[in-house]
Amino acid sequence: MSREKPTLAVFKFASCDGCQLSLLDCEDELLAVTDRVRIAHFPEASSQRIDGPWDLTLVEGSITTPEAAEQIREIRSASRFLVTIGACATAGGIQALRNFADVEAFTRQVYAHPEYIETLATSDAISQHVPVDFELRGCPIDKYQLLEVISAFLYGRRPQVSNASVCEECKRAGHVCVMVAHGTPCLGPVTHAGCGALCPGCNRGCYGCFGPKETPNAPGLSGQLETLGMDRATRVRFYRTFNAGADAFREESERQESGAAPPEESGNRP
Amino acid sequence: MEVIAPQAVDTLIRLLAGDGYEVVGPTRRDGAIVYDRVGGLDDLPVGWTDEQAPGHYRLRERDDQALFGYVVGPHSWKKYLFPPEDTLFRLTRQPDGSFVTEPGISEAPRRAFIGMRACELAAIDVQDRVFLDQAVQDRGYAARRQDLFMVAVSCAEPGGTCFCASMDTGPRAREGFDLALTEVIDATQHFLVAEAGSEAGRAMLDRLDPRPASDAEQAAAERVWAEAPEKMGRQMPADAREVLNRALEHPRWEETAERCLSCSNCTLVCPTCFCSQVEEVPDLEGQRSERVRRWDSCFNQEHSHLVGGAHRDSVAARYRQWITHKLATWHDQFGTSGCVGCGRCITWCPVGIDITEEVTAVRRDPEGRA
Repeated sequence: MSREKPTLAVFKFASCDGCQLSLLDCEDELLAVTDRVRIAHFPEASSQRIDGPWDLTLVEGSITTPEAAEQIREIRSASRFLVTIGACATAGGIQALRNFADVEAFTRQVYAHPEYIETLATSDAISQHVPVDFELRGCPIDKYQLLEVISAFLYGRRPQVSNASVCEECKRAGHVCVMVAHGTPCLGPVTHAGCGALCPGCNRGCYGCFGPKETPNAPGLSGQLETLGMDRATRVRFYRTFNAGADAFREESERQESGAAPPEESGNRP
Repeated sequence: MEVIAPQAVDTLIRLLAGDGYEVVGPTRRDGAIVYDRVGGLDDLPVGWTDEQAPGHYRLRERDDQALFGYVVGPHSWKKYLFPPEDTLFRLTRQPDGSFVTEPGISEAPRRAFIGMRACELAAIDVQDRVFLDQAVQDRGYAARRQDLFMVAVSCAEPGGTCFCASMDTGPRAREGFDLALTEVIDATQHFLVAEAGSEAGRAMLDRLDPRPASDAEQAAAERVWAEAPEKMGRQMPADAREVLNRALEHPRWEETAERCLSCSNCTLVCPTCFCSQVEEVPDLEGQRSERVRRWDSCFNQEHSHLVGGAHRDSVAARYRQWITHKLATWHDQFGTSGCVGCGRCITWCPVGIDITEEVTAVRRDPEGRA
């Protein structure tokens, strides 16, 4: 191939770095990646930086400050393809718990000089600020899915990342359903696949690390959680972890909190 | 009619292994009875039973040492004949730009299945129609299917979600096996009635030290066969096909969609569901690619993705598609119902949606006025 290698940039906002480390964690495949792309900006891996525009930009983390909201616009304008990686970037992350609380009160409580703190009232997904070409889910993301996204970008095809439930991965792996056979509450039926059903494979319920699956029916699941003996406060918390800010989980935790009836189903006609 | 001792099942497993079979049977794991490699009687869930209801499964210890005192669990034999993931072929780019194709590693050891229930024999018959009785045969399925040694067990105690009697597929194993066993156990006796269904089965039975059944033993086995159909936890209306064909716009589907999680568990535990997705999995260098087939489900949007999007966009449409295909249009397509009455979709639905209850509800109120 004679043309120049496409450039790859990695940026982070409010997050733990775990998702971008998945790229370094590729180990066996890392050389193949660097063979195909030129790493232009990846502070975790190299101090060498090449200015944009970049062909493929991976963004980790959520937008929590006015400064970050400005930076992501600049990054977007300098990126041909922008892919967000991880629960923080795609749903606001665990820090989106602030969305349900009074951030100003937190700031006063924690900092001696809250006047120095400039922060947004919410922790936002990147897509709430700029258009995003693809969202790769997970807390953390799965490195093989990341490689698939990079490969798809290189060959100009759509990434093959299933939007189906964790149950599908469970059943393919031959795991016994922890909810049906043990009565263990599990978010698997409403959660996006991608982890390979890690927790149910260890006889634990799914924590929803990959966020809501396509057409999630969280109210339907909540009814069963109640049947299994989970109280309302625990149900609220069940949906409020790494993907607390994802629409389907946020709406259901709020509905559980208010004790409201399930929403009228619309658009459900066959 | 011949009788073998319970211990002869151990001999059977060891003889089959000695004959070069990979022997697979029921075994206890993670609180359920699953199908996996078994090396002898010790690997079977002897003295265990299962309690099943919609969305509910629990193992319980029995007060006897029955070998087959349970029904079907979350696994079905489909995982061996139609694996969850299968590499169909590989492509490698050549220096001149052309591609070389090699077959995938579609492993097909000679397998022996121990403890197959009548509904499961029927399910394999259904999948044979799907994968073999077509203009184009599925080569992998055919290879895995051809040398099976099948040991069936007639159910003595159908479970809470069983309805094979109303699907006319069981509970007695009548055909399609090499060897069929019926277990008789009470305070005074414990034996298995054995019937050969093939020459290979006959030859194997002769190696298990069988003896002719006494009149009393024969009567005991006949009592098992006569009483088991009465113990079904569920029943499917006989006119399910007609009921569903008339109910395409029934309001029930929207109601069910409010409960349905579209999680696809029902289709994945179903021993006849055969849908798959096929993906090309290229390497980063663009030199090699694999074509991989994986279990798919009609409950996924992608499954009905055509130009412009998923044509079964709502969960109601997807549930209706699954149930009407399974019980009605399957007849048009394959000349049989797609349901064998095993009850897995009822037990393993996380919210306990019951296929027999759905048909019964629509049948009771065909216009959906209630």
